[in-house]
Amino acid sequence: MMEKDVLSETQKGVKSRVKLASNIQRYGMVLVFFLMVTIITILSPRFLDPRNLLNVVRQISIISIVGFGVTMVIITTGIDLSSGSVIALVSVVTASLAHPNQYPLIIPILVGLLVGGITGLINGTLIAIGKLPAFIATLGMMITARGLALIYSDGRPITNFSESFNFLGQGYLFGVPFPIYVLALTALISHIILKHTKFGKYVYAIGGNEQAAIISGIDVVKYKILVYTYAGIMTAIAGILLTSRLSAGQPTAGVGYELDAIAAAVIGGTSLNGGIGTIPGTILGALIMGTLNNGLDLLHVSAYWQQVVKGFIIVGAVLMDKQRRI
Amino acid sequence: MIPESEYILEMEGISKEFPGVKALNCVDFRVKKGTVHALIGENGAGKSTLMKILNGIYTPDSGIIKFKGKEIKLRSPYDAIKNGISMIHQELSPIPNMTVAENIFLGREPLIGRVPIVNDKEMINKTRELMRSLEINIDPCALMRDLSIANMQMVEIAKAISYNSELIIMDEPTSAISEKEVSHLFKIIKNLKEKGVSIIYISHRLDEIFKIADEVTVLRDGEYIGTESIEKITREKLIEMMVGREIKQMFPKEEAPIGEVILEVRNLTKRGVFYDINFKVRRGEILGIAGLMGAGRTEVVESIFGLSSYDAGEIYIKGKKVKIKSPIDAIKNKIALITEDRKSGLFLPLSVRDNIIMASIDSYIKGPFIDGVKVDEFCNKQIEQLKIKTPGLMQIVKYLSGGNQQKVLIARWLLTYPEILILDEPTRGIDVGAKAEIHRLITKMAKEGKAIIMISSELPEILGMSDRILVMHEGRITGELYRKDANQENIMRYAMGITS
Repeated sequence: MMEKDVLSETQKGVKSRVKLASNIQRYGMVLVFFLMVTIITILSPRFLDPRNLLNVVRQISIISIVGFGVTMVIITTGIDLSSGSVIALVSVVTASLAHPNQYPLIIPILVGLLVGGITGLINGTLIAIGKLPAFIATLGMMITARGLALIYSDGRPITNFSESFNFLGQGYLFGVPFPIYVLALTALISHIILKHTKFGKYVYAIGGNEQAAIISGIDVVKYKILVYTYAGIMTAIAGILLTSRLSAGQPTAGVGYELDAIAAAVIGGTSLNGGIGTIPGTILGALIMGTLNNGLDLLHVSAYWQQVVKGFIIVGAVLMDKQRRI
Repeated sequence: MIPESEYILEMEGISKEFPGVKALNCVDFRVKKGTVHALIGENGAGKSTLMKILNGIYTPDSGIIKFKGKEIKLRSPYDAIKNGISMIHQELSPIPNMTVAENIFLGREPLIGRVPIVNDKEMINKTRELMRSLEINIDPCALMRDLSIANMQMVEIAKAISYNSELIIMDEPTSAISEKEVSHLFKIIKNLKEKGVSIIYISHRLDEIFKIADEVTVLRDGEYIGTESIEKITREKLIEMMVGREIKQMFPKEEAPIGEVILEVRNLTKRGVFYDINFKVRRGEILGIAGLMGAGRTEVVESIFGLSSYDAGEIYIKGKKVKIKSPIDAIKNKIALITEDRKSGLFLPLSVRDNIIMASIDSYIKGPFIDGVKVDEFCNKQIEQLKIKTPGLMQIVKYLSGGNQQKVLIARWLLTYPEILILDEPTRGIDVGAKAEIHRLITKMAKEGKAIIMISSELPEILGMSDRILVMHEGRITGELYRKDANQENIMRYAMGITS
């Protein structure tokens, strides 16, 4: 009681500051991005070479696609730690169906999506019906899926794919890497879902105030399950692209990707407190991380230092998020 | 030599203002040594604020506090305890996974010598001694979470006493305990009194006050009304002191044609919360539900709306028995609930637009998408009709004023086209202008033929708006009054459970 009253007193005073902070949050990251691009370009003009730029976008495509699902999950105040392991599971299953002259291309893709969708469905069910904390449910899936990937592949990479499957991660269309098309399409679809469908509105509602969502007659259980399933499918798409890109189904693929995807979402303004976040934001978050990696590479900064810088950026972004939520 | 004062506590000219509310206005409050002093008043009269000031939780804007004749400054509950003032809070705050002994000695654990290691044995023994002296039969090693609510309350009482304070504040100590424990508590209070301890006793139950108190002070709307000796005052006089204000505000009440029964509740019971609730609401009627805090009013409407379950009873809508298991069912049955706490109904980080459409999205679906044009059209119409002041549809709802937030909630529910509209404290914490507008809206909705249930703790609001008034006391309906018969006194009498 006391804290609440004291807070409401201070709230008024900081309202203008909060608004300012909110604008910094909204446009601040765009600014950070352009600042970064400018500095890197001055130090290494090679950065602006179109081939390098395409390379940056291709590199971030996989993390971004995972990030779209993760963004929705985080908007509902959830978290998904299983993405990296699900990528591995999807990778080995897809790879085993993608050998030359084995099945038409659609089969490994569909099965891959199905595997990802099922893991998401299980996550969602455990969280929405089993009332498990998302952290625990997806941590369980993280460990289990990795184990299943190792079992399925006997711990070895699965190689030798059909031409068409190889094209997914390695091919070019009109001079642009194919994964970039997939990135654009998934981004567009995710954005439209989030902003222009009932499902999207409910995602924001659940994260904005779950109790209010229940009172408003929203089937919170159903939509939570759907969100995790969607995240699973997005992860599967990323897994298929990665498999093709690496020319191998790797049971050890995707380690740490879940954290990169969460980082992209958070840098892009998605609030871990729920109710706030956008797809363009997540792309920006991934772009910032990708540009940073690429730029530091071009400047011959050691990979070890790159980690340190990335860590600073992530913490900085969350600090700004905190500022906004006084 | 300064003559020793007969008062242990003198609070003089205490004022406290919160944003928008004058909680206390120059209140005087004096407690004599070794007496039980009751503090009473309606919800929002300022009792809790005054006691929080005395407990060091709030700092007063002005006024002085003298304890044992010396002026003191209280900056925290720790200060209060150091000075010899402890408090039993109405809302329990146990740490569930710690033992009874650990809870009682929280922050002052006995140590082994000078080493910062807690002397568990001593702590448990001291607790056992304390419990024995108070004749409370609770194991010091039991975990708090395993205790009943009543026993937790007894532990809180024991804890407050264990500080050996000279003044103990008891804020609604009996709201969670049964008859048996109440008489036990009274015995403890009498023992304390004999030892010269003074007690401030806050309760909604007049019976208890007449049984235990020596003096009583009445607050109303943040003002000091008077202090009386309990032997020289009657219940009637006390109630008059509590409610005796003029109704200054004008209510835009207009008679609406009252039609057929839409909602009927029969014998609705949720054990331990409310019992045998029976009532009907008709088209065009505003049914007010009055009662003091904790009377079970909110719980009843939450059960009707499917937010929580009930143990027995039936709900009929337009004569047909319905099963409402969730808000989804309630909305299908054309019931809307605007909850007591605005914050629990709003999506604070979302826009005004999203907040308005969230309960009626299905009406704007075109193919797989939401028809943005239609949404804007509907929202703008609501904003215009309800006079919601917002810079735009995309404004984040968090930044609106309380009154406008409440209107956003009302807009959300009007778009579900309800026939039964339940409003729980619809104007709490809202400024006067917005209040009048919300009252006008409620009247308008009644005129449109909706059945309206309005819970309110403000008697003028209940009297000004309702066609009929139900009064609840401790989970039961204790009175039903028609508009023409109702006044502040008879409502308060029912609300305090006085039936004779």
